[in-house]
Amino acid sequence: MERPPSPEPSGPRAGLVLRSVTVRFGGLLALDEVSLHVAPGAVVGVIGPNGAGKTTVFNVICGFVRPAAGWLGLDGAPLTARPHQLAGLGIARTLQGVGLFEGLTVLENVMAGATVSARTPFAAAALALPGSEREERRLRAEALARLDELGVAAHADRMPGTLPYPVRKRVALARALAANPRLLLLDEPAGGLGPEDVAELADLIRGLTCSVMLVEHHMDLVMAVCDELVVLDFGRVIATGTPDAVRDDPVVAEAYLGAEVTA
Amino acid sequence: MARVGLRHLTVTIAGASALVGLTYLLDPFRNYQLATAAAYLCATAGLTLLIGLNGQVSLGHGALMATGAYTVALLPSGMLLLSVAAAVLVATLAGAVVGVAAARLRGPYLAGVTLAVTMVVPAVTTMADAVFHGDQGLSVAAPPAPLWVAPERWQAWQAIAAAAVTLFVLANLLRSRFGREWRAVRDDEVAAQLAGIPVARTQVLAFVVSAACAGLGGAMFAVLAQSVSPSTFSLTLSLYLLLAVVVGGLGSLAGAAWGALLLVLLPDAIHSVTDGLPLGPDLAQRLTGNLPLAVFGLTLVLVVLAVPGGLQGLLVRAVRRLR
Ligand SMILES: Nc1ncnc2c1ncn2[C@@H]1O[C@H](COP(=O)(O)OP(=O)(O)OP(=O)(O)O)[C@@H](O)[C@H]1O
Ligand SMILES: [Mg+2]
Repeated sequence: MERPPSPEPSGPRAGLVLRSVTVRFGGLLALDEVSLHVAPGAVVGVIGPNGAGKTTVFNVICGFVRPAAGWLGLDGAPLTARPHQLAGLGIARTLQGVGLFEGLTVLENVMAGATVSARTPFAAAALALPGSEREERRLRAEALARLDELGVAAHADRMPGTLPYPVRKRVALARALAANPRLLLLDEPAGGLGPEDVAELADLIRGLTCSVMLVEHHMDLVMAVCDELVVLDFGRVIATGTPDAVRDDPVVAEAYLGAEVTA
Repeated sequence: MARVGLRHLTVTIAGASALVGLTYLLDPFRNYQLATAAAYLCATAGLTLLIGLNGQVSLGHGALMATGAYTVALLPSGMLLLSVAAAVLVATLAGAVVGVAAARLRGPYLAGVTLAVTMVVPAVTTMADAVFHGDQGLSVAAPPAPLWVAPERWQAWQAIAAAAVTLFVLANLLRSRFGREWRAVRDDEVAAQLAGIPVARTQVLAFVVSAACAGLGGAMFAVLAQSVSPSTFSLTLSLYLLLAVVVGGLGSLAGAAWGALLLVLLPDAIHSVTDGLPLGPDLAQRLTGNLPLAVFGLTLVLVVLAVPGGLQGLLVRAVRRLR
């Protein structure tokens, strides 16, 4: 495949690249020259203690937060998209917690996740022309298929607020997958889940064909699914490498794993 | 047209036909009330979409109605359909301007700006006195009714047609991706953006659609009253619209219809109560002017506290219990 010359300093690299990205909130240095790479198809875990800056990494990728310095790129091109343009670039994200639309049914939530593929013009919708309805039927069928893959299709017509937490987490995942992403950003997908749900989540993540960035405190999950880990502490990358290498790294043990053992 | 659209069309035509039938049973005064309720319904339906489904508050919809009403009054009276279309267009443009500002604002700031819009109407009509004739307003020479139908009945038909078009289009939009996007933005702006929904553009669109409905309602007001003046489109009207959609049941088109009906019937009912009381003419006058707003305000508080779903919510629950 031919790629146009890229403005990236050290040559084009497929996938997502962060190079020396710094984010400040007033006096707080939330990210301090963070560099990382998510290759196509890779599962990269981002771990670190509470407040280390993990969610901020997602926020800067998604355009919710502007970096004070550094470079972000997707497949060699600079990544400067506004948040709503991300889905169009093939990046989807789940939010820490649940973040579902509480006034939409489960099915509508997942259909909303596929907005990027919705093409019906306003006039066609206002007059309920056949094209509008055909597209709604397609979105509904696709959303149902997503829910079915995640084993929650039975809840399609329920409101999210009436469902148990693990089901809502699955719906949130289905909504993110509805956009058919190339890169999926998962912010603590195992938070609040029991061992069985976590095991199923691990299977699901391993089965995905897209790249995944996984922010997670649940170390078993991280170790089971990630090809590579990035460890953050106080906004700095203190270690990167395979899960095994990172686990044996004394710096990490001190900053993060040690803290968890005592917690 | 497809299945859902066909169903909406059938329901709309059936409802409108029933109302047209009703006009043969009502006396001229009641027909005029029916017409007024239908004109109100255009505006309340648009407002309930904005507040209930998109989460934006507007205290300026009375002013948006005014843009529609004045457009009809200022255009030549020959082709009513054209001037009503122009009225909708003008209100749409006004709505786009207010909507762009509104999309940047939240909560009390949004309420404040839309409130300011309401104050623009008397200011503009007084300043551009030569065009708008200040407080006195303009007269509207709508084409006369055909000879075979009573004028009030004809007016009711016109207003019913306007309300029917409004409801048909809104019902379609609410069932489409646009309705879903409006509600998604209302529920969670961050999640909406991540789902690929441009939040500001979605909010502006909701505001514009809502304004177009208000403009149509205002145009029908002008046709019904055969005149327009700033006092019709005061802050009170904006507040009435807001109360109507909340009491009727936020976010529901049926609720908007209950609200519109209340706007017409409640002042009337209060009038007949105060008429029956042994009050001095002075006090009676003051009461009829302010009592509806007071009663409405109280009802609003009660509804918000006791029945958040409004009248429509109560009705749905009652029907469910009967089954
Ligand atoms: N919008 C913001 N404004 C100001 N400070 C912020 C903002 N977002 C995050 N922070 C701060 O930046 C630091 C990193 O926050 P972040 O949410 O990225 O942590 P995290 O690693 O995701 O933590 P957790 O594991 O608790 O989710 C924290 O000190 C946080 O208080
Ligand atoms: Mg976080």
